[in-house]
Amino acid sequence: MNYLMRRLATFPLVLLGVSILVFVAIRMVPGDSITAMLGTEAGLLTPAQRDSLAAYFGIDQPWFVQYWRWIGGILHGNLGISVTYGRPALDVILERFPLTLELAVLSMVIALAAGMPAGIYAATHNEKLSDLGVRIFAMIGQSTPSFVLGLLIIYTLSAGFGVLPAMGEFAPLWQDPLRNLSQLMLPAITLGFAFAASVTRISRSAMLDVLSDDYVRTARSKGASARSVIWRHALPNALIPVVTLSGIEFGYLLGGAVIVEQIYALPGLGRMVLDAIQQRDYALVQGSVLFIALNFMIVNLLVDLAYVALDPRIRLGES
Amino acid sequence: MTPLLSVSNLRVGFGRNPQANEVVRGISFDLADGETLAIVGESGSGKSVTALSINRLIDFGGGRITGGAMTLKRADGSLFDLMSATEPQLTGIRGAEIGMIFQEPMTSLNPVLTIGWQIEESFRLHRGLTGRQATAAAKDALDRVRIPDAARRLKYTPNQLSGGMLQRVMIAIALACNPRLLIADEPTTALDVTVQAQIMALLAELKRETGMSMIFITHDIGLVAGIADKVMVMQNGQAVEQGELNQILDNARHPYTQHLLQDVPHFTNGGTTRSDGRRDKGASHEPALKVDGLVVRFPLRSNFFSRATGAVHAVDGVDFDLMQGETLAIVGESGSGKSTTARAVLGLVRSTRGSFSVGARKASTKSALPVQMVFQNPYASLNPRLSIESILAEPVVATGGRVDAGTRARMASLLERVGLSKNSLERYPHEFSGGQRQRLCIARALMLNPSVVVLDEAVSALDVSVQAKVLELLVDLQREFGLAYLFISHDMAVVERIAHRIAVIYAGQIVEIGDATSVLSKPKHSYTKKLIAAVPTIDRRHEHFELDTRQVPSLVRPQGYEPAPARWEQFGGDHMARVEV
Amino acid sequence: MRILRAIFGHGSGRIGGVIVGVYLTVAILGMLGLTPHNPITQYRVDRLHSPNGAYWMGTDLFGRDVASRLMAGVGQSFTVAFFSVAFASLAGTVLGLAAAWLGRRWDGIVMRIMDVLLAFPAILLALLIVTVAGPGTWTSVVAIGIVYTPIFTRVVRGPALSLKAREFVDAARTFGSSSSYIVTRHLLLNLVAPLTVQVTLALAWSLLTEAGLSFLGLGTQPPAASLGLMLSDSRNLMETAPWLMIFPGLTIMISILGFNLLGDALRDILDPRMRRTPA
Repeated sequence: MNYLMRRLATFPLVLLGVSILVFVAIRMVPGDSITAMLGTEAGLLTPAQRDSLAAYFGIDQPWFVQYWRWIGGILHGNLGISVTYGRPALDVILERFPLTLELAVLSMVIALAAGMPAGIYAATHNEKLSDLGVRIFAMIGQSTPSFVLGLLIIYTLSAGFGVLPAMGEFAPLWQDPLRNLSQLMLPAITLGFAFAASVTRISRSAMLDVLSDDYVRTARSKGASARSVIWRHALPNALIPVVTLSGIEFGYLLGGAVIVEQIYALPGLGRMVLDAIQQRDYALVQGSVLFIALNFMIVNLLVDLAYVALDPRIRLGES
Repeated sequence: MTPLLSVSNLRVGFGRNPQANEVVRGISFDLADGETLAIVGESGSGKSVTALSINRLIDFGGGRITGGAMTLKRADGSLFDLMSATEPQLTGIRGAEIGMIFQEPMTSLNPVLTIGWQIEESFRLHRGLTGRQATAAAKDALDRVRIPDAARRLKYTPNQLSGGMLQRVMIAIALACNPRLLIADEPTTALDVTVQAQIMALLAELKRETGMSMIFITHDIGLVAGIADKVMVMQNGQAVEQGELNQILDNARHPYTQHLLQDVPHFTNGGTTRSDGRRDKGASHEPALKVDGLVVRFPLRSNFFSRATGAVHAVDGVDFDLMQGETLAIVGESGSGKSTTARAVLGLVRSTRGSFSVGARKASTKSALPVQMVFQNPYASLNPRLSIESILAEPVVATGGRVDAGTRARMASLLERVGLSKNSLERYPHEFSGGQRQRLCIARALMLNPSVVVLDEAVSALDVSVQAKVLELLVDLQREFGLAYLFISHDMAVVERIAHRIAVIYAGQIVEIGDATSVLSKPKHSYTKKLIAAVPTIDRRHEHFELDTRQVPSLVRPQGYEPAPARWEQFGGDHMARVEV
Repeated sequence: MRILRAIFGHGSGRIGGVIVGVYLTVAILGMLGLTPHNPITQYRVDRLHSPNGAYWMGTDLFGRDVASRLMAGVGQSFTVAFFSVAFASLAGTVLGLAAAWLGRRWDGIVMRIMDVLLAFPAILLALLIVTVAGPGTWTSVVAIGIVYTPIFTRVVRGPALSLKAREFVDAARTFGSSSSYIVTRHLLLNLVAPLTVQVTLALAWSLLTEAGLSFLGLGTQPPAASLGLMLSDSRNLMETAPWLMIFPGLTIMISILGFNLLGDALRDILDPRMRRTPA
């Protein structure tokens, strides 16, 4: 059976699991939702008022009924009302998401643009001093947490040059692209640095593996030049693990945005999730976690599509 | 006249200190225009390294040429020094003047590029063809290697073609620009014997058409007879003997060449079958193993939800019996169902239908599991993390026995019996060679004192001279313990040495079965004839193999399909063949 | 102890081994309270002291000794890393072996559940768990453990499936060896090498995730010392007291580097591809 068909068939299944997990997790928060929602004022309610509130929010129903209603709401674009913002959670999420997405995509572009050439360079200069340099740099990069790097960058700028990263009012991409990019550049580098190191390492090892494959020898036996061997024969094969890594890392980037947005005080979805957790705004936590997971799943589906385009063995249904 | 290629005192080493680590130690030969040189040797002889040194591909494989001289006469008659050539000069030679094909066609083509692109590349590189011209040239190249429906196949990727087809594509690539030298490095080793015959026939024909020279690397001296003009025999990085084909095959001087010619199994059309332990026609013993109407099918599902729409009929009605002390060889090509039959007998795959009965052995030596198995790959059939003692103890433990003094004594005596020292018990599999590991597997199979041993391609992964010794051991053990062997193999030469009876299996069904001499010398079924005709022998010099492009039929059948019942024709006492429709 | 010798014969293994060794010592000292000063005692008169003889790495806003707090923090981080990786590797090995050995339906169920867990970015799943259970050391252990369980499951399942298809497993079946014998002797024993590599690398991720959680204030709670929290607190004092940022930052980085180097070295040493005998 076709790989892509199988992949598509499991998508709704996994999505169902994800939604149940998020739903159940939030239900497991200690204390009932009314207390959570109203805080100390909940103590002033009479039992009758409590019951009617419970009935109003539907939390007097068994969990599967609640889940069914919740899921039904989501399918109609209703993620519930955010207590802190007093607005539909989906509106808040959609407002914050573009920044986080842009940050993740920008980090990924930076990581791939820096990591792949470095990895390929190192692989083709295997065991030379320059290869060692790239490897050491990648090893250190991979071991540098974004929050350490972010603080180092801010410290260097402020102590060394007496400037702070361009912050202030955040400019959306479509209003002031230049300002937007200048604001996002440092956060994106912070977020993408470790990823760039991983890309370097995996492209190097994939390239080395591929260069010792039989078909590369065949290409050489035809008289293909060193450059053609690397770019035409080896690279398409070496790209496959890089694509896999990119799919997985995109999730880390979405997650890592929580930290980087915090450091650079960016009004993105990650920082909002963190605030929502502290404010116990469960509708917002639930909604945004689900939203991010869905996006991650879609990215992974796209990665699988890229696979299919890259590798005919997968396209034709071999496992 | 200057030779096309002249190699003198070639030395090649590996690693950081190539001088100290030489695997080719002073090889010299000349190759004239249109001549074919066969280089014969076992693994580790340095034959492949020699081949890869000629077009300097060895530079990319971690090797370094440490000494000697190599000169190629170019098309314009000028001499080209292969030793001092720069890499850009060499890329102009590779593919244009020297083509090469390799052992593994499955991995030698780029999996993500179409075969059309991969053929066109040669024309782009050396002829400067692009676009439609290149495509047309690629189609011609495929036609030339007799691939039907070439225009459509250009768009295929390698995974859509069989091994034999891929090797033809490789030949098409190697010969695209009419090189005057083709290096073929074990080009048929990974292929079935009938496919091997097709590739050999194709190479011979193309050689005649183009007048190119060829260097043919092989471990099989039998294969040399059909194609070579000159032969060089290599051992441990040195040429122990070289000369004209007939001189080497008929009057070998070096003991190693004589060993390769005499001790190693070569096919002789039933001339060297065993004379011992033939089936006694009169007596009617109870068979050690009887298989009746064995059917193994693997259901196919069209998609995620639906029920089976058809099945792969891997084994489709196989019956045979096996007497004590007798070897029945099941011979067939890949996908014929021979290994599935063996695995079904052991219960490793579930049989769809059919019955087995295992005859009682002498009452004194009752065994918990009367059928045991030895597998093909000696490197995969022993757990690398267990000591030999644990490995030999496993069958005893599994059948509820205890590892006591008696068991240890049995281990020691079996080790000694298969030719390994007693102190092997504390060692680990990686400390043993392939042949020794296969001996360990045999010892393990004998731990439970079985009456039947299934040998699934048990010597196929071994070097030819090791093969001969393991076969000898198997024959000795059979006599000593009265074992019955079910010997699964694709190799007619090996089968000839060990079988009393032979069953030829094709597309999941036995097509011919009977006394070994009779089947090999007087084959009756057309498939058996084809199979035997494809086997290379030392005696068939410069004989052209027939080019046969028929494909093995698909084993996928619709749901509920049942094959027609077999009709058999009897030829003498113990020889029958399926009647062909 | 052949493996130790191999590690110290390997370039990056030597560096990684030394780093990990030093950290382990520091972590144990930190956990036992054998620090130069009490990590939570506030020496009010010595607030924001730059590094000197008495306070090797200076003091923080409350006059607490940074070096002692770092030692306690390393102890804390290593405790979380150790237990969470133990959890993840144990759960992952059991699930991965079960999926590979039982096959079919069980394989499907286990791997779909892992897919669900993998659908969340790691830190987000950890955040969700922390939200439910409330921040704290043991919540971090469970959260990080759950986050890395699917990775171990995959690491075990893949090779277990290929081992299951090896001929020595077929041979074991022909003898009638029990499932438990095959799973432990033929599968698990051969998985020790890849698991060792994975555990080492997972310790690096786990340290990273723990520091990240406590940086966000969702890990170890004050006044207990933790590296992430120290770093987070240093932000407002960056210019006046850079040592508050530099030392915890370097401590985290070098600990992760140590495990990454060691993991790489182990992969080189134990990788079956390097030792594969040509067939």
